[in-house]
Amino acid sequence: MSETTGIANQASSPLSLKGMDYSVLQQCMHCGMCLPTCPTYDTTRLERNSPRGRIAWMRAIADGEMSVDKAFADEMYYCLGCLACTTACPAGVDYPTLFEAARADIEQAEAAGHGQRDFWRWLAVKTLFMRPRLLRFVGRVLRLYQWTNTDVFFRKIGLMRLAPARLRELEPQTPRVCAKFSHQLIEPEEKPTGESRYRVGLLTGCVQDLAFSDINRDTADVLLANGCAVVTPPVQSCCGSLHAHNGELELARELARRNLDLFDLDSLDAVITNAGGCGSHLKHYAKLLDGDVKYRDRAHAWDKKCKDIHEWLVEIGISPPKGGLAEQAVTYHESCHLCHGQKVKAQPRELLRAIPGLEFVELPESDWCCGSAGIYNITQPEQAGKLQHRKVEHISKTGAVCVATANPGCHLQLVNGLREQGLTVEVRHPISLLAEAYRRSG
Amino acid sequence: MNLTELTSRLPEGSVLTAREDLLPYAFDGTAALKQMPAAVVFPRNAEDVAAVLRFADEQNAPVVTRGSGTGLSGGSVPVKNGIVLCTLRMDKVLEVDTRNLAMMVEPGVLTKVIDEEAAKHGLFYPPDPSSMKVSTIGGNVANNSGGLRGLKYGVTRDYVMGLEAVIPDGEIVWLGSKCVKDVAGYNLRDLFIGSEGTLGVITRILLKLVPRPKAKRTLLATYSDIERAAETVSAVIEAKIIPCTMEFLDRMTIRCVEDFAHVGLPTDCEALLFMETDGHPAVVEEEAAAMAEIARKYGAKEVTLAADEAQALQLATARRSAFAALARIKPTTILEDATVPRSELARMVRFCEETGKKHGLQLASFGHMGDGNLHPTFLTNEKDTEEMHRVEQAMSEIFDFAISLGGTITGEHGVGLAKRDFLPRQFDPGSYALLSKVKASLDPKGLLNPGKIFPVQG
Ligand SMILES: Cc1cc2nc3c(=O)[nH]c(=O)nc-3n(C[C@H](O)[C@H](O)[C@H](O)COP(=O)(O)OP(=O)(O)OC[C@H]3O[C@@H](n4cnc5c(N)ncnc54)[C@H](O)[C@@H]3O)c2cc1C
Ligand code: SF4
Ligand code: SF4
Repeated sequence: MSETTGIANQASSPLSLKGMDYSVLQQCMHCGMCLPTCPTYDTTRLERNSPRGRIAWMRAIADGEMSVDKAFADEMYYCLGCLACTTACPAGVDYPTLFEAARADIEQAEAAGHGQRDFWRWLAVKTLFMRPRLLRFVGRVLRLYQWTNTDVFFRKIGLMRLAPARLRELEPQTPRVCAKFSHQLIEPEEKPTGESRYRVGLLTGCVQDLAFSDINRDTADVLLANGCAVVTPPVQSCCGSLHAHNGELELARELARRNLDLFDLDSLDAVITNAGGCGSHLKHYAKLLDGDVKYRDRAHAWDKKCKDIHEWLVEIGISPPKGGLAEQAVTYHESCHLCHGQKVKAQPRELLRAIPGLEFVELPESDWCCGSAGIYNITQPEQAGKLQHRKVEHISKTGAVCVATANPGCHLQLVNGLREQGLTVEVRHPISLLAEAYRRSG
Repeated sequence: MNLTELTSRLPEGSVLTAREDLLPYAFDGTAALKQMPAAVVFPRNAEDVAAVLRFADEQNAPVVTRGSGTGLSGGSVPVKNGIVLCTLRMDKVLEVDTRNLAMMVEPGVLTKVIDEEAAKHGLFYPPDPSSMKVSTIGGNVANNSGGLRGLKYGVTRDYVMGLEAVIPDGEIVWLGSKCVKDVAGYNLRDLFIGSEGTLGVITRILLKLVPRPKAKRTLLATYSDIERAAETVSAVIEAKIIPCTMEFLDRMTIRCVEDFAHVGLPTDCEALLFMETDGHPAVVEEEAAAMAEIARKYGAKEVTLAADEAQALQLATARRSAFAALARIKPTTILEDATVPRSELARMVRFCEETGKKHGLQLASFGHMGDGNLHPTFLTNEKDTEEMHRVEQAMSEIFDFAISLGGTITGEHGVGLAKRDFLPRQFDPGSYALLSKVKASLDPKGLLNPGKIFPVQG
């Protein structure tokens, strides 16, 4: 009885550094083992930009020694949220929870200040990514604009010069929007040709749906080729990771509930995600909805069934593709939230190695953040650019003609980075390469 | 202290004074010790260091030198309102001399980088504290750090041929040379090794390198009690084999490490020995086989050999995480490093266990069994003052017992703040007075790392 009351209270009081379980903060024993893996510490070599320093600052806030101010907000928005520190930390510090609590405190205190950053947050977090249909509509317009070459025209006549500086810099970076969205490519329910071994739900994502709906089609194809019936609701909500990472936990909860309502979990063996960033958030709905009596149990069931596509395929065992790709060297960049967030490291490599003709080459620092990090490349362009450059440098040294990666943010970051350096390396999702191999199997 | 004056004497961007910038320098790797400094400075070379020390001398400001702040005795914990001098911007490898097997480095170079640099030339820098990915060579020299390879290769001291230091009045001194033999004057170089930042700031280090061993074999042996593991270690050495590494972990440590690293350690045994032999391939094979046989003879439940280099590395990395992994159990992890002559190790381990039990404390143990350096670790909560009191009591008994066996209160972490008050127990009054005299003559004003090793005077 008392337990339920406690949890209910927790739901009404938002996550905060002061209110949270103190032992999570105490867990950091300041050994420093995480320092060399933190990209921001690597850049500045200042402790405040390190996991150990940030946690100390959070603890000082919880202890009432420091307040949530602009400086803290700047620091917490300089943190990439890449979670490399969680992989490195032997003490098992729960950095994701600390990170979300800190950013929630900042939004609560409105410490981050207003202005441009706010505009982007508002546009992305509170508007576009809350409304799937609106997002698709914007995607349509963007597509029209790109497709008619209006973008080139605008750029030529210098109209872009009128736009705010950030927008101007970003404009050539915007993704090429796909001709069709996922629901136009994938039927609500598709069955494999042979016997169905499993029945799975497919999450189509937001950016993935907008810019990479073909990857969603490929995912469905690979699942079908491995005996999975695929259920894909046509209008899906954002997973809410963007919101949780930007301190908007209530919005994140609302989106989680929508997703739970959308899928009939009992009839599914798994719910599949193919975007590393989404997956690492999707798998923790139970924690997010801990205080929600109505949704709590379903969230638990959801977490158990939610699987990254690579993880799922290796778990069920794939039928090796008979057809291969043209002989080519392929390397692999790990999305932070796939490798550090979900600890899915070996599976994508295993799948790539299973493709005939493909020569797998390791990428040095493959698990080092590429700088995309949600909307980080918009809010922190300088640091994001440094990381992008470092990543592209490594990719070019491998000699690979293609780099595989399993997160839309990374995908775009790599495409843009490679283009800026004038490199012709192709960027693909591992599952797209696998799908291609199956298609060639006939 | 006039911070504007300090800032003006150094290149731009060398001094931090904002509260939020200072906060993360208020502690090192030691549990429950914290103090806010007034400023953190980042010198780029010995001249900058000299400028800071001269300023400190003028203003009577205490200076605490810091590398990466991974120390476990509170050595780089600031003095209230003092200056922290951080060496991380002095991070250049200055020379690798393959003819004299030596390397000249600045103090802020990370330990791991030194070995990587040596490896490029087929050479080897053996001291490998578990923190080597993070710790600086300056910190290693100042603490005379050990590591996993102490039994065969010795500790940091055995690899320092010379060093440059800035002493409290701002003078820059060079001690030592590239000569294997050098008996000119007092050996002051050795005085600075292990001086914990209390005598001067080390600004350059000349390191000795050795040829890189061509082969290595890694073994794991599990035991149903710690005595058998200790007996195995003695028997291996008696058989005239000097492995480079003989580490042990107790049940609780094994569990925590496995929880973190997922390398498949057996969690159903009381003790685990992690052994490595390196050198010529043929000798290594022979020794590994002999070690496995001895382990079995002395009651190992299971002996396994690492399949390849990658697995061996994985196991070593897992072992290196032991201390921090123990933090999974309780909020505060208090680690000691009482050390005894190897022959007394089993007794020491048993005593620690009993002492923990007697005081109703949770205790885990691991350590470097080959060199008698033990890490009894209390798992506690610093917020629980009553329990912390019992921890102190138990610690005190453990130190006394170690001393009574002819051991020492610290094998590799240094005295710092944490063990300062126990130091007089290990020395007779005359010897302790001599130690204090050395400090007083080199740092008469007591401005370098005051309160460490010795209580603050007056
Ligand atoms: C997880 C973990 C594992 C560890 N494993 C080991 C181990 O296996 N063996 C071992 O021996 N230790 C170990 N340590 C302890 C610690 O890493 C070592 O003592 C290391 O040498 C400290 O290096 P640092 O750069 O962090 O120095 P700091 O902690 O910053 O400083 C340590 C001391 O050296 C002084 N100092 C630093 N640089 C200089 C300089 N340039 N000139 C003068 N004085 C200086 C400081 O004032 C301080 O007294 C471990 C620590 C951790 C957290
Ligand atoms: S986050 Fe983990 S690895 Fe980093 S200092 Fe804290 S305990 Fe150590
Ligand atoms: S999440 Fe990434 S950037 Fe942030 S502290 Fe951890 S390692 Fe550093």
